[in-house]
Amino acid sequence: MTAAPLLEITDLHITYWRRSLLGLRGKPFHAVRGASLSIRPGETLGLVGESGSGKSSIANAVLGLAPVSSGSIRFAGSELAAMNARYPPSLRKRIQAVFQDPYSSLNPAMTVEDIITEPLRVHTELTRAERRAKAIELLQRVSLSEEHLRRHPYQFSGGQRQRIAIASALALQPEMIVLDEPVSALDVSTQNQIINLLYERREALGIAYLLIAHDLALVHHISDRIAVMYLGHIVEEGPSDRVFHAPAHPYTKALLDAVPLLDPQAQRRRRAARKSAPAPEAARVAPTGCPYRNRCPSAMKRCAEESPPAYSVAAGGVASCFLLADARPEAASAASATA
Amino acid sequence: MLRLVAQRVLALVPLLLIVSVLTFSFTSLLPSDPVDLILGESGTQEQHDMLRKRMGLDQPVQVRYAAWLGKAVRGDLGTSFFSSVSVTDAVLQRLPVTLSLTAFSALIAIVVGVAAGVAAALKPQSLADRLATLGATFGQAVPNFWFGLILVAIFAVGLRWFPATGFVRFSESPSDWLRSVTLPSIALGLSASAAIARQVRSAMVGVLQQDYIRAARAQGLSRSRVILRHALTNAMVPVVAVLSFQITVLLGGALVVEQVFSINGLGTLAIGAVRQQDIPMLQGLVLVMVALVVAVQLITDIIYGLLNPKARPS
Repeated sequence: MTAAPLLEITDLHITYWRRSLLGLRGKPFHAVRGASLSIRPGETLGLVGESGSGKSSIANAVLGLAPVSSGSIRFAGSELAAMNARYPPSLRKRIQAVFQDPYSSLNPAMTVEDIITEPLRVHTELTRAERRAKAIELLQRVSLSEEHLRRHPYQFSGGQRQRIAIASALALQPEMIVLDEPVSALDVSTQNQIINLLYERREALGIAYLLIAHDLALVHHISDRIAVMYLGHIVEEGPSDRVFHAPAHPYTKALLDAVPLLDPQAQRRRRAARKSAPAPEAARVAPTGCPYRNRCPSAMKRCAEESPPAYSVAAGGVASCFLLADARPEAASAASATA
Repeated sequence: MLRLVAQRVLALVPLLLIVSVLTFSFTSLLPSDPVDLILGESGTQEQHDMLRKRMGLDQPVQVRYAAWLGKAVRGDLGTSFFSSVSVTDAVLQRLPVTLSLTAFSALIAIVVGVAAGVAAALKPQSLADRLATLGATFGQAVPNFWFGLILVAIFAVGLRWFPATGFVRFSESPSDWLRSVTLPSIALGLSASAAIARQVRSAMVGVLQQDYIRAARAQGLSRSRVILRHALTNAMVPVVAVLSFQITVLLGGALVVEQVFSINGLGTLAIGAVRQQDIPMLQGLVLVMVALVVAVQLITDIIYGLLNPKARPS
């Protein structure tokens, strides 16, 4: 557990500028505000949060698809944030990605063979026949077969398409795969198959996953650690079981509460309580203080005055909430507390 | 793919038959009598009857149609009422002129339209996008004959880079052909390039937001490969679907632009034939134009099938 992190994100800020009418810079939109996290080789980090929390911005930044405003993204010793999205191919092939919507993430004009072998064509010297052999092997690894090679994406179901996307991401034997909501577009029975496939590939190949999702329960099964994001901040981080069974931050508790209750009476009471809370867009607050204070049931005066630091949680991990201030001493930093 | 082509070519036969029946019946519905037109007020009744008989106009319509069709199948579209030249010869002589004008302007329209559309789509709301949108609005609003006259005034009369009028055949001198066909092709292709640019832009903006573009970039593909191989091939699908319509419009526009540049193409021939009510010539022209339109559609359908796997018959 002391291995050096494969990916280390420190104090990452990502700001988008809305264009004004004349094409000039308009209002800034802070998607990520000082996020830090790390992933060790072969480890899976679940990054959870509601839509708009900035989790996909982190994925884009790691993949070099979004500009980094400040902070650092170190991957295997190389500083990615400084490369301004121009990664050398040698680095690029070590990080691959699988995206949310398999109906949109596969090029409809290409055959399955072209889709799977595209990374090999760009990054390796393999001949056409060698690439095809590799594609057949990859298809078999994701429970598809050679006969699917000449087909086009529209001939497949959502789950099969996601298998093809995974096969393509595995082609270069990357050290890390960024999974951006890989199952949320699929139906529930297919979700488990894809999660199991990802689990099985990780165990066989030792790949690290940055798994982005909004469903904590789903992430819990496959993740070693979970980080929870709210409005561009990482509010809680810790071992998967601890975060899932004993959440320390009020927002993590709310996320777990988002799973509907079986008792209609209890569900109705909870809905009534939740109604009073403003939507995340309306709840955006000044950069000082706790980002969650407007929706938090336990908000105190202190929450508006200063930003809660990362406090370490007894059973492992950290959470940025003053509720922990009395019980726990302040952690030195989020990164060191997780190691 | 071969099956698609075979199907389309076979479907051409009934289509051309229907068109020939229609043009034949329309022209025989014309109120004026070609015999009167040729002889004028002067001829005697006997002369009129004799000419009518010689031209076969005393026969009922269906007999005349059958006779015409029998010859047309063998490539003989009849003889002009007025100049006594073979319609087939006249059309074949003018066809390369109009074809080269249309093809060259289609090439210009596609190259300019696709380039402008892609440039605009890569950075929506940027200066390039705004200029392209402005240019497209201008291009679609301006009539081709007026734009042709402006081009002549600037580049032919003013700068003397190109001839103002006339047409040189490719077989005579390829360089002179290019010089003679450049200005008319630009004038003709302007509005089509504007329409194509608009379509490419909107299709490209949609495609660039797709996750397979994000996936291609994440895999480390070069920017040009992402734009050309992944984005443009998909963005061209809806564009190619309406390309045959654009080229058909060009074919019609060529008839007008030929007048501005005094080019002896099918347009000049058609306008003369309409004015004189030269029925065999008109029938031949309509038939050839329809065949051209169908051929253009066939070609674009094949390209569409190549770009879009869903459109291929399995």
